[in-house]
Formats: sequence, structure tokens, C-alpha cells
Amino acid sequence: MEYEVVIGLETHVQLRTRSKMWCGCANEFGAPPNANVCPVCLGLPGVLPVANEEALRLTVLTGFLLHCAVPELAKFDRKNYFYPDMPKNYQITQYDRPSTANGWVEFETGGGRARVRIARAHLEEDVGKNFHYDRYSGVDFNRAGVPLLEIVTEPDLRSAEMVYDYLNALKDILRQGGISDCDMEKGMVRCDVNVSIRPAGASELGRKVEIKNMNSFSGVRKALEYEYARQVEVLCGGGQLAQETRRWDDAAEITESMRTKEQAHDYRYFPEPDLMPFAPTDAWLGEVQARVIELPLARKERLMRQYGLPAADAETLAGDAALGAFFEGIAPRAKQPRILANWVINNLRARLAETSTSIQAVKFPPAAMLELLELVDTGRISGRIAQEVFAEMFATGDAPEHIVARKGLVQVSDAAALEPLCDAAIAAHPRTVADYRAGKTAALNFLKGQVMKLSHGKANPNLVGEMLQRKLQ
Amino acid sequence: MWNTLTISDLAARLGRREVSAREALQACLDRIDQVDGRLHAFLSLDRADALAQADEADARRARGESADQPLLGIPIALKDILAVRGQPLGCASKILHGFISPYDATVVEKLKAAGAVVFGRVNMDEFAMGSSTENSAFGRTGNPWDLDRIPGGSSGGSAAAVAADECLAALGSDTGGSIRQPAALCGCVGLKPTYGLVSRYGLVAFASSLDQIGPFTRSVRDAALVLHAISGHDPRDSTSLPEPAIDCAAAIHGDLRGIKLGLPREYRIEGIDPEVKSAVDAAVRQLESLGAEILEVSLPHTQYAVATYYIIATAEASANLARYDGVRYGLRIDGDDPIEMYARTRGAGFGPEVKRRIILGTYVLSSGYYDAYYLRAQKVRTLIRQDFLRAFEQVDALVTPTTPTAAFRAGEKVDNPLQMYLCDIFTIPCNLAGICGLSLPCGFTREPRLPIGLQILGPPMGERTLFKVAHAYEQATSWHRQKPPIQ
Repeated sequence: MEYEVVIGLETHVQLRTRSKMWCGCANEFGAPPNANVCPVCLGLPGVLPVANEEALRLTVLTGFLLHCAVPELAKFDRKNYFYPDMPKNYQITQYDRPSTANGWVEFETGGGRARVRIARAHLEEDVGKNFHYDRYSGVDFNRAGVPLLEIVTEPDLRSAEMVYDYLNALKDILRQGGISDCDMEKGMVRCDVNVSIRPAGASELGRKVEIKNMNSFSGVRKALEYEYARQVEVLCGGGQLAQETRRWDDAAEITESMRTKEQAHDYRYFPEPDLMPFAPTDAWLGEVQARVIELPLARKERLMRQYGLPAADAETLAGDAALGAFFEGIAPRAKQPRILANWVINNLRARLAETSTSIQAVKFPPAAMLELLELVDTGRISGRIAQEVFAEMFATGDAPEHIVARKGLVQVSDAAALEPLCDAAIAAHPRTVADYRAGKTAALNFLKGQVMKLSHGKANPNLVGEMLQRKLQ
Repeated sequence: MWNTLTISDLAARLGRREVSAREALQACLDRIDQVDGRLHAFLSLDRADALAQADEADARRARGESADQPLLGIPIALKDILAVRGQPLGCASKILHGFISPYDATVVEKLKAAGAVVFGRVNMDEFAMGSSTENSAFGRTGNPWDLDRIPGGSSGGSAAAVAADECLAALGSDTGGSIRQPAALCGCVGLKPTYGLVSRYGLVAFASSLDQIGPFTRSVRDAALVLHAISGHDPRDSTSLPEPAIDCAAAIHGDLRGIKLGLPREYRIEGIDPEVKSAVDAAVRQLESLGAEILEVSLPHTQYAVATYYIIATAEASANLARYDGVRYGLRIDGDDPIEMYARTRGAGFGPEVKRRIILGTYVLSSGYYDAYYLRAQKVRTLIRQDFLRAFEQVDALVTPTTPTAAFRAGEKVDNPLQMYLCDIFTIPCNLAGICGLSLPCGFTREPRLPIGLQILGPPMGERTLFKVAHAYEQATSWHRQKPPIQ
């Protein structure tokens, strides 16, 4: 029998706020243990939470980006369970009145497009982190109280690959929207999956298994691949699946049972009496609405449409907001936006990466890129020289015109100057000349390269080509 | 005998330099040395810190910083549930063993800013759970009128300390009557402000939606002075009302003509002590003679209040007290794993009443029971609030006994929690409704001679009316001037 996999995701994302959810402590990764703590986030007796308004805004902004509805009223609840990393032994979260719900994410997968419904995105607080040593354990509460957004999908995902693509699309949206830095290595994104299988074509859902403890998107993909195979094997062997929670063991690459339905926690949710329900006003919503960005997928399509870019380039620019903005800042004035995109991606981006520079720190003004392309376009410099000019621009911030003039890089299109160089190349490579004449047209390129070398790259390559062809006829 | 004065009297004498803040505090400390061995209102006392505060108050006065500072140099004791930076914060519980607060409660900050000498940790029922202060892990407090009797609770230490002249005023907290009931049983004035009027930041939570801090004093005017100092919006408490500090002193004048007072029909219950009843009846007649119009009103859902309270309060408490787990502070009894450590720590750290309430609260929130208990209780709570709001459309304030009986003997109700819970039958609805209530002395039982309290309840933010009514009554009577026999 063929089995279909049905997957739903709960993705936890740390919000990009300056301070924590209920207190003024810094929301910062990498500080020494328990450096960013205060009576409130340590849950000392007598303290009270005060909601971080930016976290509330980012939650609603996420709702807008994920096409969710924003209910008139949201509230917080207490989720009760004991764990040493939980300062209060209850987590403040949103149980039945989340800040935002009922939306969708559209993304590319399997060569097409898919839409996954978002059940809800709610705000809660992160917990601390336990460290285990030989004879004792320690808890670092720096992370305790960091605002955490939980984004829950409907069971709309149908393969491990699709999940992987969804997660990457979601990450792009959240990063570009300024919601979260989504740095996996810093634990800013964590996700739990719910997975079941059913005979292909069936409408009823199978027994749901929750998998926890994946710490990378590829880990999620692997866990789902493993779990699908495991479940199919159990059913094909005539066995029954249990509704349970399983843990992904990243080293062994297997899932193992943590607890069954019977052992499930009773979280005893109830409304958080220390916080008032939150009813956003129209003005408040308007301010958040003003922060909505164009989604990466929409931007990719627009870049293709508006500038005629190939899909790959459009995707690169849409996926890197800063680079995209750089491009779009000058693209309307470019004669050939496609070529500009090429330069931005292959030269500028590469240089930025090589030198670990941020785009804000680029020394030349964006319009200098247009000037550079103009020099090539009008034949004043060759494409090869343009590379050299760009490197200089990047290093010094000097205008391309200046660089060309200063270094004497103007393209040589003077036939009288090029004649002797072509003759020299022909004379020096009789075998290549013979090959060419025997019909190996590619040999011409070699000769052309020799002339370019002799001219220190300044010769007009088209002219050189024509001249060589004529001479060898 | 500076310790026996009211705040108003002492402030006037401090202002005239008849006495220094240090001398006033010393009088309190001497009185504590004299009686507290028997009374046991104080759990601990940092004399050096208190004297330093008194000296600072004197210095402030010498520098001329005393204008509009009626609390400058006034010694005020604190229930062991309020956080004071550098002082123990124990809630009369073993589980907070050794815990020193690293921060000040908002009310403490405000009192210190006003120049009050904030001193001592006074006894209470553990985590404010109880009506007799017998649930303290550190021994019971006596009633200054009869040491064999209880002072009420949970703020029994605060009431006893004020009644016995160990301090000029004290702060307590009131979740279901924990200020008003001990104030009544010890013969002082106790105020439970409107929910949200006084910041709860730094008040160790018992039941967050019900808890409110308030003063114990020996006069109505004194309570208004303390309330003025501690009230007002606090950005650190999200449930704090967007109101400035409330000054009720200006409302304290004149007779009660034009004031309508309601007597809730449902508060006329069986089991009310005849002496309490006759004292309250006499007080009502007195209020009428002062010009108030007396009307009967109905609060139809009163009979459900105690049950509703014990569901909501315990549910919130079960979560609020979850943090005492031995991981970060207080008592820790190690185990082989965290669960064992929790069980041992909490098993040894909490007393029986606290455990009883945590279990009850955990139960009413459990899956499958939530709707029948917690959700239903919340609905009834709304009905109870509506009862009051409707009554306050007819009358300015309500008048009731504070407690059904005067102070009972220590040990009398320890084995009967239900009997104990009924001590708060007249005070609980006020917390559920979030309104304000004040208790003041209105007489004594004959044999033995024990104080009786009159409760006045007002609408949300109706403190001015409470003070006007209470002050007019107080000025017409002399109950508040009676001193307990403890020497």
C-alpha cells in the first residue's frame, strides 16, 4: 500500500526586540550566564510582568505578513508545568485568544507553488537553558523571558522536502520583515513537527506523532524522512502506531519515544491575572501596517516582470533585502537592468562576501555602478577592464571615470594602434594560425586573447576579432 | 509615649520639633521590647536600619524638606509579604528560608520617598492564607486584647502591632478580608483599596486578581494619609489603574446629610454573634443620626461568594506558588532528580493550609474540571460584581459587620478549615468585585472585652465616600481611642 504523509509544524521564533518580554533586560545572545537577568525574569517573589509593546507589534506584523486576521482582543494565559529552566514554573503564553490567526504562506516547492495555512501565531516567553555537569546542573536565565513567537500551521504539508522549503520561505519572510534574525545557530528558530501517515487518497488522518528536538532545518527534513519510513514500516508490518511524542536524536539520526498520550501533561491553562487583555486600536494597527514589507516571493515575481530578470537572479535579489534594495535603487535608470543585476550579484555581492563588508559600508555611491556600465556600453572600456575598475571602485570609492583616466584604461579602438599587435600575435603562433585556417574557428579566441594581453587588456575585443579574421582570410 | 499617638498627632509634634523621628522610633522599639515577647507580632526587626532611616528623616526635616510630607519620620511596620531591598522576605513560610529581597516593592519605594521609617517584618498566615495568623510557620501572634485569642488574619501581625502601639501604622494585604478582618478583631482601622489603586509590584502574590495592599492605622484620617502615599498608577503593575495617588483627607469633613447607605439584606445571616449584631445595629443608628439615609439593598449572589472565592483564589495561588521549587532561592532539599527535589522541598517548605490550597487550585484547573469550577466561578464573580454595581446605583456605600464574631480562641478552628473560611464571609465579596472596603471599631463584646468591626464598602474608586462616612462615625464615637490591656 502507498502511504501519504501529513505534517503540521509549530515553529518558535525569537523576536527581534531590544528588551525581553516582561522586563527591561537585554534580549541578547552570547552574554555570560545570568548576565541579563533581573527580579522579573528570574521570577522572584512579588514581581509582575509588563508586556513589551514592540513584541506585540512584531506579532501582529507577522500576522499581516502571513495574511492572518488580527482579532479585536488578545489575552495571555498561564501554562503550568515544572521544569528547572522555568523561573515561575508556568509559562506566559496565549492559549485561546492569540494575537493573530487564520492565514497562509505561499512558497515555491517541487518546481511549483504551494500554500500552507497558518492556524495561529501567538506570543509567549522563552525559558532558560539547563547545563549539566558531573555532579550538578546549572541554569542560565539570560534567555528566560525573551519574546517568542509560535507559528502553527494546519496539517497541510505533504513531504519532508516541502517542510524544508516552507521553513526557508518562512525564515526569509520573518528576517526581511524585521521580525526575527532567525539565526539557527543561536537557537532563534526551533520547531516541533506533527506527523502522521495515511493510505494515499484517504481523507481521515492517521495517529499523530509529535517530534521534538530538531535544531536545524535539515534536521527537520531528516527526522521527517526517518519518521515516515518508520511509520510505514510499522503499518506494513501489521503494527499499530501510538499517539506519542518522540525525540529526534541528531547524532544517531533516529526518533525515539519520549511520552505517550497517557503521559501527556495537563498544563492547566488559565487567564494570566497579572496582564490585561490587549485590544489594539485602529491607530495602533495602522502603525504596524505601515511596517509591512513586500514578501520575498512577490518581490521575485515583480523583479522578473519589471526588469526582465531571470528567475535565479530575481530570487537572489528578493532573498537578500539589502542587495535587492541596492539594485532597485538604481535599476530604473539602468539601460539593461539584467546586466546590472548580473553585476550586483556576481561582482558586488561576491566582493561583499569576500571582504565581509555590509552593503551599508560600500564606499562608492550606487549610481557609480551605472557609470561603470555606461563606460562599457559606450565602448570606452572593455568588460574585462570594467572588472578591474570595479575592484578599484570597491577598494577606494573612487568614481569609475577617474579610475579609467588615472590608470589609462581607456579602450584602444584605434586600428593603427591595434594592427601591429595583431601582426605580432599571428607571427608568434604559426600553429594556431594553421589550426584556424584548417577550420578550427575556436583558435581565433586564443589569438584574440594574445592581443588583449599585449594591449594590457585595453584593446577593443570586437575590433581585434574583426581585424584578426580579416588578416587570416 | 510617642508610639501611642496617631500619625496626625505625631506628625504635628515632629513638625513642632517636640520630638525627633529617632525618639519616636525608639518609643516604638521600647514598646516592642516590652510586649512583643508575649504578643509576637514581629518576625524580625533590623533596628540599625530603622534608626538610620529615622536619622535620615530628622536630617531631611532639618534641611527643610518637610513640606507636604505628613509621613516624614513616621514608623510604619510591614507585613512579611512586601519586598524591601536588603531585608528578609519570608511570607511567614519555611520555603523562603534565607531569602533577602534585592528590590523594593513600589509601596515601599513610595513610603521611603515620603520619609516614613519602614521597619520590621510582621507576622501573617503563611503566604496570606488564613484568617487567624495561626498558619505562620513561625508561631502565632496574640490578640492584644486577649493574648489567648487570635488577632485575625492573614495580616494578624500588622493589626496586632498597630493595636498594641508597637508602630504608628502598618501595611498588610487583603485577598479576601486579610486587612479588614484582623483590623476588626484587634480594634483598628483597616482599608482594602479598590483593586488596582495600589501597585502590587513587590507584594508576593497569593491570588493576583484579588490581592491588594492597604494600611492599618489607629484613626480614619491616618489611613487616608497612608493611602495617599502608597496609591497611584505604577507602570510596573499592568493591573494598576491609570489614576494618580488619591487624597481622601479633603473628603474628611462634615456630617452625612445627603449620603445614602445600604444594608445588604443577604448579610443578615444566622450565626452572627448577637453582640456583634447589636453593635453594628447601633452603629447604623448612629450613622442615621449623623444625617445618612439608610436603605435596604440586595446583593443576590452573596451566598456563592465564599465558594467562588476558594476556587479563584486557590487556582491563582496554585500557579503563583509554583516558583518555590528550590531551584533558585529559598529552601532546597536535594533529591536524585528535579521531581524529587521539588517534592521534598515543597513537602517540607509549605505548611498544611498552603498545601491544601495548592491542591484545591490544581484540581479546579485540571483538564475536565476547568469548565465546571474555574470558568463557572469566573461567571459567578461577574454576577457578584454586578450585584455591587447595581447596589451602588442606589446608595453611596454599604454598611455591614466586618466579621460574624469577635476574636476566637487560638486553636479553636485550626482543625476545621471550613469554619475558618466562614470568618471572611462578609469581606470576601468585596475582593471578588474589586471594590473598596474599610473596617473601623464600632464597639466591644462585654465578657471578655473584644473589639467589634464595622465594615463600609464603596464602589470602585469610592474611597472618598468611605473615608467621609468612616470619619464622621469615628468622630461621633470613642471606640478608636480605647487601648488594649497588654502592658
